[in-house]
Amino acid sequence: MAIYKLPYSDLNQLFAAIAANEKLYLPVDISEDEAAFRLWKEGDQMTKKLNTLRSAKDFFFPQVQPLAKFRRQGQTIEIMDDRTESEDFVIFGARACDVRSFDVLDRVFLEEPVDTQYQTRRQHSTVVSLACGRPGETCFCGSFGIDAAKAGGDVQAWHDGDNFYLEPLTDKGVKLIDSVSSLLTAGDQEAVDQVVEKIHTILARLPLAGLKPQDLRDKELETFNSPKWDELSSHCIGCGSCTFVCPTCQCFDIEDFKNGENVERYRCWDSCMYNEFTMMAAGTPRKTQKERFRQRFMHKLVYYPIKNDGMYSCVGCGRCLRKCPIQMNIVKVMKALEEEA
Amino acid sequence: MQEELIKRAVELMEDGTVNRVLGWQKGQFVYDITPAVFTSADELKENFVYNDFCGDNLSKYLKDETEKEGKVLVFLKPCDTYSFNQLLTEYKIHRENVYAIGIECYGKADVELLRRKGIDGILDVKNENGTLKIATIYGDEEVPMMEAMAERCVNCKSKKHVAYDELIGEDGEVLDSNRFDMVEKLEQMSAQERFDFWQGELSRCIRCNACRNVCPACTCEKCVFDNPDSGLYNKAAADSFEEKMFHIIRAYHVAGRCTDCGECSRVCPEHIPLHLLNRKFIKDYNELYGSFMAGAEVGQVSPMVDFTMDNDAEPSIVQKGGAE
Repeated sequence: MAIYKLPYSDLNQLFAAIAANEKLYLPVDISEDEAAFRLWKEGDQMTKKLNTLRSAKDFFFPQVQPLAKFRRQGQTIEIMDDRTESEDFVIFGARACDVRSFDVLDRVFLEEPVDTQYQTRRQHSTVVSLACGRPGETCFCGSFGIDAAKAGGDVQAWHDGDNFYLEPLTDKGVKLIDSVSSLLTAGDQEAVDQVVEKIHTILARLPLAGLKPQDLRDKELETFNSPKWDELSSHCIGCGSCTFVCPTCQCFDIEDFKNGENVERYRCWDSCMYNEFTMMAAGTPRKTQKERFRQRFMHKLVYYPIKNDGMYSCVGCGRCLRKCPIQMNIVKVMKALEEEA
Repeated sequence: MQEELIKRAVELMEDGTVNRVLGWQKGQFVYDITPAVFTSADELKENFVYNDFCGDNLSKYLKDETEKEGKVLVFLKPCDTYSFNQLLTEYKIHRENVYAIGIECYGKADVELLRRKGIDGILDVKNENGTLKIATIYGDEEVPMMEAMAERCVNCKSKKHVAYDELIGEDGEVLDSNRFDMVEKLEQMSAQERFDFWQGELSRCIRCNACRNVCPACTCEKCVFDNPDSGLYNKAAADSFEEKMFHIIRAYHVAGRCTDCGECSRVCPEHIPLHLLNRKFIKDYNELYGSFMAGAEVGQVSPMVDFTMDNDAEPSIVQKGGAE
């Protein structure tokens, strides 16, 4: 599709124009170390950091989400639907890995039975992605066929220091571009190609550039029973850092806040790394950390691909590589399983 | 030093003193080091690493390791030896099943501090006389080690090993560090300012439990926060204050047992300075009950539980069944 551009120095005007029509979320620095998506307000600058610490899945699958309220009055129980319809909003500056994570989550939440809360947020969102000018050593989105230089979404964007380039990819994207067209001029494909080529050169030099996931769909049991899991999981401390920063981890629990006559039912993230995960009356089916650890990686590298035509539920964002307290992660798991094959 | 540690570990395995080694394992980058158990000389030679990024405190792993058959060799940095003693004091480690080698430490680097300077795409880091020479895909960088050092190391409390079977390298002294400076700053704030500070920090908590799970003082078999019957089992915060409850309760629970090893802040994905809560307790202990350092000696009793019926209490209050 057509490419549009505006001077990098006018980016603030673009934000203001988008924010005049709908809510705009932008990755901004919230501390020296961390960028996070925040509702844009005048004066906010887009972060120069590689990515947000928390992934963009929060927009569609927030950590805590109210479901219903129950109020008992005498012999009756009143049930109140606590779900809300989403308003239109724009996510600006999502990276290619996070954009792909939405596809991964769609295949879980938009399958029958459709998760209506997730669906309403997806329907009301417009995603503007941004190519990665400075990927880090922990990046390996290329392993999953993702191109960090063409980040996808409803509109994909690049910048070369002087100009900001935008290319709408969907109807939603065209609508967004139309709404701010007075700020934009026609962009040149050549300039974008140069940015893309520069990024491709960097991507090829990343230390994890050659990493390719194995197709383990025919080796489900073999992989499950691999002796490697003992060693890989042996020092896992069983926290939920990896699952909570992961853009594709989608397990949740439903719990109640109880307060006398009132109950508030909510859904919240859960982690397969926790010892009480999927706790049932008969106990937990995964009694040791090895089994919990194995579950997480089997899900990403084996179970999900089996159900989804070989698509992996890892997008190579590298957040777990940066955040695991003991530095055990999916790349080490992939390499260990590969060694065995 | 790495070669020396490997050599000694191989000797101790070969002469039968130990049958395995708890140490640090190489990752795919220079900094992503994982705690690991090595069972052969070959494994050690191939994968054992000791460098500026070996920050992980290995003491807590001894809780499980010393339950196993045979003696395990562990390498402990000075600050790790305090955790080791504290775990011994609490009967969490079988002392007879561990051979501890104290190793000297001049402070550990935190890769996040390099990233804070905008350094990314890190391929290698070499420490040349206190300067980190960093190779990245975007070119070479130089950072003084002091600027890349974790806060807990900049404000190191002790270079002294308080427990070991043998030492490799020099033993040091307990240091007169500046570790309470930030606590003092917080104390001088108004209540509202202090509340705002913690609100700002703790509101970022994602409740991943990394701080709790890594903490050598958190060794409960079943944490109150994992117990659905405790009334505290909240996977979500009921209100904006509740997210703080987890950290405040945890800080109270480890008070008098926390050795200020700093692992909680090291592992926090959100960089919340959790150690400041613990340091406040340590500072209060020092000021109210006289200098006390958890883990300094095996068997020492924390001031909060240093209570005897004979000396410290009004008997009528504490006698079974209450006042007569």
